[in-house]
Amino acid sequence: MSNPKTHTISINNLAIGYTSKTVAKNINFSCHSGELCAIIGVNGVGKSTLLRTLGNLQPELSGSITIKGENLADYSSPKLAQELSVVLTEQPSSKNLTVEELIALGRQPYTNWIGTLSPSDKTLIQDSLAAFLLNDLRHNKCHELSDGQLQRVLIARAMAQDTPLILLDEPTTHLDLYHKVQILKLLQQLAHNEQKTILFTTHEIDLAIQLCDKILILDCAENPFGEPCELIEQKHFEHLFPSEMVVFDAKTGSFKVNK
Amino acid sequence: MQQAKSYRISFVLILLALFCAWILNISSGSVTIPFEAIFSSLFGGEVKIDSWNYIIWNYRIPKAFTAILVGGGLSISGLLMQTLFRNPLAGPFVLGISSGASLGAALLLMGASFITGLTSFVFLSDVSLAIAASMGSFLVLFVVTLVANRIKDTMALLIIGLMFGSITAAIVSVLAYFSTAENLQRFIFWSYGSVGNLSSQQVILLAAIVGTGVILSILSIKKLNAFLLGENYAQSLGVPLKKSRLIIIIATGLLAGGITAFAGPIAFVGLAVPHLTRQIFDTMEHRVLIPSVFLYGAILMLLCDTIAQLPNSANVLPINAITSLVGAPVVIWLLVRKRKMLF
Repeated sequence: MSNPKTHTISINNLAIGYTSKTVAKNINFSCHSGELCAIIGVNGVGKSTLLRTLGNLQPELSGSITIKGENLADYSSPKLAQELSVVLTEQPSSKNLTVEELIALGRQPYTNWIGTLSPSDKTLIQDSLAAFLLNDLRHNKCHELSDGQLQRVLIARAMAQDTPLILLDEPTTHLDLYHKVQILKLLQQLAHNEQKTILFTTHEIDLAIQLCDKILILDCAENPFGEPCELIEQKHFEHLFPSEMVVFDAKTGSFKVNK
Repeated sequence: MQQAKSYRISFVLILLALFCAWILNISSGSVTIPFEAIFSSLFGGEVKIDSWNYIIWNYRIPKAFTAILVGGGLSISGLLMQTLFRNPLAGPFVLGISSGASLGAALLLMGASFITGLTSFVFLSDVSLAIAASMGSFLVLFVVTLVANRIKDTMALLIIGLMFGSITAAIVSVLAYFSTAENLQRFIFWSYGSVGNLSSQQVILLAAIVGTGVILSILSIKKLNAFLLGENYAQSLGVPLKKSRLIIIIATGLLAGGITAFAGPIAFVGLAVPHLTRQIFDTMEHRVLIPSVFLYGAILMLLCDTIAQLPNSANVLPINAITSLVGAPVVIWLLVRKRKMLF
């Protein structure tokens, strides 16, 4: 493995879950900047738990998480807020915020005690609005938005937080195919153009194979991690689901119903 | 910030409205004083009758000042609760904070004599009443916060508040049954609510409590804004959750508890004013909302107190009844008009 300093995030022998129950263990992977990484696995395997653990919203059971070579636990919360941002499945508590107000909240780790926005803060907010095609919606209230629009707003907020690492929990649920692809393409652009490390959980395995640089498969055993082609060659997708129901077609990189 | 600019005119208008409401409030009362006399008294001119001057400066101005503190403070406590508990229907009255204060007051006014068998005059002073009521409201706020941490369901919180109201009503009626007529009367008068009848020391004490609560709220503005996204998001933005939550709760308790202690349980102001304010200041930014909600609440309280004086007799209507008569229809109107309440 290369020098851990060059990795934005590095996970070593991690076990996650709750004191009463270990959800998943033996998780090892690292991501560079500019990489879009997907975390896939069946329902209940611990994708969201892993994401919450990486986001410091719940403690790890054992193993280590390092961000830019430093232990996650050693970061103070204001400093961590400048290193990683999250997009969760939960909706914002107040849907009465406008799009622009919500995205501006992403600048909180950088503003003064009362939250005054500097000109550079405002530029970043404008850039985030533009990158996620939200210019026309900026004065709309969040309760007026469709699911896809709200998801773009939440991701734009994370972009405005301007952190090297962005974690997203199922950013494409409840969206139609077009909007799923739209969100993932925007994430891919963000990772490649801005050199961000983006980690997200998803059930869209075929889209992830097409769009992601790396994939982590949570399978309760060895938890393989690598480029999509490698994982296909090593036949890791074949065992993801019971084969009497769905089979993986290595040629097209997609799943078929076993008739 | 561009938002702050666009609200400048609204702020000027609302300040002007506050001034008008203040003048109107001062000019109404059991003794009819002509407008000219009020203006010349206020701005250092000659006043024909000395007693007018005395009434204005020693009775009406402190009362108007109290009304501003009570209305503004209760409204801010309502705003803080709505943001903290993620619930548009939260407020000191709905969550049972006022009930807690009533319980404290009832135990002191009627319970003390009931338990010890002594006449309660020994224990009774205005300060002890304030302390008892504040302790009652902090107790309820503490329980509500514990529940809010454990149960994420926002409905449960309102039901807890309702239950506290019932428990208080039950204990108060038991106490009332055994209480002397005199003590019962004291409690009933307290529960009507009043912004008059405060000594100058009490007004100063109230101002200090409300001032502390408002300062703590202002210091929490940035955190309150982050809480609008939810606690997980707030934490990911670097907000220290426990500390911020504690400061906001202390501010809420000081405002709601302190005010209820001195002015009695005043219904609906804390719940309704934040929603009314957003009809004009259509934003969730607490930098705009905290001052505007305070001013709006102050205006509403001055007007309610003016209405309470309207009969132009020595008797003043209970202000709690007036705020309920104004507040309850407002909440219904907001619900019907918007079909759902947002915060």
